[in-house]
Amino acid sequence: MTATVPPATPTSGVPAEPAPAPTRGALDQDWRRLVRMGAVGAVAQIFIALSNMPVRLDERVIVKPVLSLGYLTLLIVPFAAGHRVGHQIKREGVPVHAAGAHEVAGGAACGALAGGGLSLLAVLLANFDLREPLVNWSPMLAELLAFGNETWFAVVVWLVIGTACGAAGGALRLLGPRTRRAVVTMALAVGGAAVLEPLVVDLAEGMRLEALTDRLYARRGGVNWTSGLGLAAASGILAALGRGRLQQARAHIAELEGASRTRTNGLLILATAAVLVILPLFAGKLTNELLANVGLFVLLALGLNIVVGLAGILDLGYVAFFAVGSYSAAVLTAATSPRINPELPWLVALIVVVVITGLVGLFIGAPVIRMRGDYLAIVTLGFGEIIRLIFLSDWLSGWFGGSQGITKIPGAGIFGLTDVAGTDPRRVFYLVLAFCAIAIYVSWRLERSRLGRAWMAVREDETVAEAMGINTVNVKLLAFVVGAVLGSFSGAIFSAKVGSVFPNSFLILVSIVILVVVIFGGMGNIVGVIAGSAVLIGVLGGPKQPGLLAEFSEFKLLIYGALLIWMMLARPEGLIPSVRRSRELHQQEMAQDAWLKGQVEDDNHNDGGSPKAAPAT
Amino acid sequence: MKPRRAEATPRIAGHAVGLAHPEVLGTDPRIAKPLLEMRSVNAHYGAVHALRDVNLSIFEGELVCLLGGNASGKSTTLKTLLGMLKPTSGEVVLDGEVVNDKPTSFRVARGVTMVPENRRLFKRLSVRENLDLGAYLRTDTDGIAADLERIFELFPRVKERLGQKAGTLSGGEQQMVAMGRALMAKPRVLLMDEPSMGLAPALVQQNFELIQQIHEAGLTVFMVEQNANMALSIADRGWVLQTGRVVLDDSAENLLAHPDLRASYLGQADD
Repeated sequence: MTATVPPATPTSGVPAEPAPAPTRGALDQDWRRLVRMGAVGAVAQIFIALSNMPVRLDERVIVKPVLSLGYLTLLIVPFAAGHRVGHQIKREGVPVHAAGAHEVAGGAACGALAGGGLSLLAVLLANFDLREPLVNWSPMLAELLAFGNETWFAVVVWLVIGTACGAAGGALRLLGPRTRRAVVTMALAVGGAAVLEPLVVDLAEGMRLEALTDRLYARRGGVNWTSGLGLAAASGILAALGRGRLQQARAHIAELEGASRTRTNGLLILATAAVLVILPLFAGKLTNELLANVGLFVLLALGLNIVVGLAGILDLGYVAFFAVGSYSAAVLTAATSPRINPELPWLVALIVVVVITGLVGLFIGAPVIRMRGDYLAIVTLGFGEIIRLIFLSDWLSGWFGGSQGITKIPGAGIFGLTDVAGTDPRRVFYLVLAFCAIAIYVSWRLERSRLGRAWMAVREDETVAEAMGINTVNVKLLAFVVGAVLGSFSGAIFSAKVGSVFPNSFLILVSIVILVVVIFGGMGNIVGVIAGSAVLIGVLGGPKQPGLLAEFSEFKLLIYGALLIWMMLARPEGLIPSVRRSRELHQQEMAQDAWLKGQVEDDNHNDGGSPKAAPAT
Repeated sequence: MKPRRAEATPRIAGHAVGLAHPEVLGTDPRIAKPLLEMRSVNAHYGAVHALRDVNLSIFEGELVCLLGGNASGKSTTLKTLLGMLKPTSGEVVLDGEVVNDKPTSFRVARGVTMVPENRRLFKRLSVRENLDLGAYLRTDTDGIAADLERIFELFPRVKERLGQKAGTLSGGEQQMVAMGRALMAKPRVLLMDEPSMGLAPALVQQNFELIQQIHEAGLTVFMVEQNANMALSIADRGWVLQTGRVVLDDSAENLLAHPDLRASYLGQADD
C-alpha cells in the first residue's frame, strides 16, 4: 500500500488543492482511516496499561514462559486494529497488484501506531511522574513495558510488537477459510486450555489423569510452551481435517423442522443433562463451586429474562427478590434468626419463601407497573435499594440482624435424605441444577404459552396490546411475580449454600450484573442466558464470586463494560441470538431477494403490497 | 349543518362470508338498535377538554366515517369507544348496555376491535403470532382455525409470510396482517384509525377497496380519517369533528357536497 502512495499524500485535513487526482483523494481516505484506527489503538493501549491490568495480570501465565495474561491484554489491541483496518482500506482507483499485500502492510502500520502508544507511554513514564492523578503510573509498569531493560528498549520493542501483531491481524484476512479456521482453532485451543486451567486440573485430579495435566501445565500455572505447541498442532490438524463439519452439522440442525427437530433437540438436551449430572462426580471442590455459582446466576438471569426479555419491563432492582428470598429462607430455617425462628425444614421453608417473594413482587410491582420506560427503570432501581436498606436498618435489626445479618443458616435438607450444606459444593451444585432445570422448563413453557405471547405483545407495543384485549397491567404484574419467584429460588439456595446473609450481599451491583448477563447472552433467549452466565460468571466472576480468571476480579466491571459496548456494536442480538431473531435476519435477506424477483413477476400478479415498500423495513 | 337522521338507516350486506355474526342477516334494519353509541360524551386529558358532548351511533352493517383535522379528537373518540380512556361524562353504549366502566378486554370480547393507525403490528413477532394475538380473548379453537383459513382466502400473501417477522413485511402486506389480526378477534364492528396514514397513494386506494370488501362481507366499519374525499367515497354517512365537537352529521353525498367541508377538508375552495 505504501508503495503506491505518493509521498505528499498524508497531508492531514481536507484536500484543498484545486484539482486532486481522484485516486489520491481516495487514498487520502485510506490514510485517514488508518491513522484514525492507529490513534484509537494507541489511546486504547495507554488506557489499558494505565488501568494496571498488565501489571496485575502478569502473574497469570498463559503460555510458559512466553506469554502472560498481562502481556496478552497489550497484544489484543494492535492485533484487532490491524485486523479491522484491513477491511477499511479500499484503495479506490489503484490497480490490483500483489493481492492482499496492502492488508498486511496496512495492518502493520496500524499496529505500529497502536504499539507506538506504549512506546510513548514508556518514554513518559521514564521522564515524568504523574503518580498523583494516575495511581498506576508506577515503576512496575515501566519495568513491564521495557521487559526489565532500559527505556529505549521499550520504545523499540513495542513498535516491533505492535507492527507484528497488526501485520498478523491484517494477514488473518488473507487466509483461506480452511486455514483461517485452523488458525483460529489453534488459538482457541491454547487460550482455552490456559483459561480453563483450574477447571481442567480439578477434573483431571478427579479422573486420576494428573499425568496429563502435569505435562500440559507448568508447575506454577500456564501451558508449557512445548505442550502448547503440541496442543496447537493437534487442534490445527483436527480443524483442517474437520473441514468445518461442526458448522455444517450445526447449520443442518438449525434447518431441521418438525419431528426430527424435536428429536435432535431432545437428544442435545439429554446429552447436556447427562454431562452436567456426571461431570460433578469427577470434579473437585473448585469446579463444583464454580458450577454452582454459575447455576445460581442462571436461575437469577432466567427470572430476569422473563421480566426484561419477554415482558420488556426494564427492572433494575431485581436483586430485591434475591434478597427477599435469601432473607426469608434464612429467617425460616436458621435457629439464630433474631425474632422468629421456626427452624422449618428447607423444602417447607421454600414454599413459604415463594409465597412471600411472590407477595413482595406483587407489592412492589403494583405501583411500578403502571409506569413505562425510563420511569419504571428508575423506580425499580429505587425499590432494589429500599429492600436492602430495610434489611440493614436499625429499625428492623431485631428481626433481620441489621448489618450483622443472619448467620449459621443450616444447609438445605431434602426429605431428610441429603443435607446440602455449603461445605459440600457437589450437593449444592446438584440442588442448583435441579432448580435450573425447573426454571428452564418453566421459562420454555411460558415462552410458548398464551401468557408468553401476551408478554411479547406488551413488550412490542403496549397500547396495541391493550387494544387487543390484553389486560396489560395484570400481565405485566404476572411477569414481575414470576420473575420474583424464580429469583427467590436462587436466594433460598444462596443462603443455604453460604450459610449466612448480610444486607451487603445484595448491592445494586448484583442487579446490574444479572442484567448484563441477560443482555450479553441475548435477551429473551434461554440458551443465551445460560451461555451468558457461563461466560461472565464462570470465566470473569460474579459480584463476589471469583471466576476461572480470578485475577480479573478487579477489572471485572471494566471488562463487562467493554464487552457490553462491543456487543451493542457488533452483535446487538446477544452472544447466542435466539432462533427467532436470526431467522428474522435471514428472512429479511430472503424477503429482499424475493422482492427483486417480484419486480419481474409483479406484472403478472399484482395481488397487493407495493413492491417498492418491500425492502424498506 | 342539518343532521338528517333518516340517512342513518343501516344497510345490511348481502353476502356474508361469515366474518360477522350471522344473526345480523335476520335483523330488520328499521327496528335495529345502534351497535355502538356515544351519548353526549365529554372526555378530558388532564385539563384539556378533548371531546365535547359527542353523539355518535353506529348501526349494524354500516360503513361510517369520522372526519376531522389534527387534534380534533378523532383518536380520542376511538380510545373512548374502546375503553382505553374513560369519559368524564356521558355514556358509551354497546348493544344497549352502558359500558363506561367496562375495561377494554370486555369490549373486545364483545366484538369491538380496533385497527390502529399506522398498522402498528408487533414487529418482532411473526405474522402467525400477530394473528394469534388478534384472537387473544377467544377460546373457540375451531372458530379461530376457521377464521384463520378465511383470512388466508382473503389475503393469500399472508399465508406465504406466516413465519416471517411482521416488521420485515412491505407496507401493503403489513396492512393485510393488521386487517387480518383485527378480523381474528371475530369483530362485529371494526374501528379503523386513519387507514390511509403512512401508505403510498396506490396502497391507500387498495386499502379502501379492502375496507369496502370487508364491509360488503357483512362487517360494520367505523373509520376515522383525515382524507375526507377517500373516506366519503366508500362510507354511507359520516361526522365531522372540530376541536372535540361534532359539527356535521350527514350522509356521505351531502358531506361531499357541503361547502364548509369542501373548503376545509377536501382542499377545494368555493368556486
